[in-house]
Amino acid sequence: MVTLNSYLVLGAVLFSIGAVGVFTQRNALIIYMCIELMLNAVNLTIVAFSRFLNNMDGHVYVFMIIAVAAAEAAVGLAIFISLFRNKESVNVDDFNLSKG
Amino acid sequence: MELLMFYIFGFGAVVSALLMVTNRRPVRAAMSLVATMSFLAGLYVLLDAHLIAVLQLIVYAGAIMVLFLFVIMLLNIEEKEGLLGVNTILLQFMGMLVVGLLFVSMVSLFKGGGSLLASVDIANDFGTTKAVGKLLFTEYLLPFEIASVLLLAAIVGAVILAKRRIDDSGR
Repeated sequence: MVTLNSYLVLGAVLFSIGAVGVFTQRNALIIYMCIELMLNAVNLTIVAFSRFLNNMDGHVYVFMIIAVAAAEAAVGLAIFISLFRNKESVNVDDFNLSKG
Repeated sequence: MELLMFYIFGFGAVVSALLMVTNRRPVRAAMSLVATMSFLAGLYVLLDAHLIAVLQLIVYAGAIMVLFLFVIMLLNIEEKEGLLGVNTILLQFMGMLVVGLLFVSMVSLFKGGGSLLASVDIANDFGTTKAVGKLLFTEYLLPFEIASVLLLAAIVGAVILAKRRIDDSGR
């Protein structure tokens, strides 16, 4: 049957897949999606613990994380539109303005 | 039954997540991410988090991913395939190595979680809109209000970042 560890391992797998995507992808939009995936993996872990401890506080935390992710998506995508207007690209290798 | 559903949703989530990170086309990656989020919503239902499951579908798979697709189609990015340099491949390999170590260290921390989740007794209204809402509007009222201010700031920030400056609107 399903144990707490099953959910924790699944959360860890999804988080690691997201982290691999951040390292391997060069498209800023897909990197952004990978970050969303990592947030989702953490949400799954929080909800699993919430069920395990019979405590609904975790659901409130997940609610807050979803609100922050929505705000983050709006601002991040606006930044990409702004970057694309200047460089005509969303490849992260093209953005090295801060390089010394 | 619960085990079968866990494997279906878990396997689906992992496969669609892998499809996302190995894809070079943003639209396909976004659609894979929508699939991942839908499978995660199923897992939330298995964990008796009914409100969170619905929010996952409406806010993540609905609103946020539509915003992503909107921006992808607005920017109309051309595909630049191109081979990666040796240096980049080495860096990516090192990145994967670090992630692998991270995964091993995370999994090695999971001790004492072997008890069955179904054996934990929960309240009758666990995870319903009423119960979570009651918690949200009493104990967590201040964070809830701050979240609304955060969303307002994000709206203003997004408008300011994305709009053209007035002086170069003629170009």
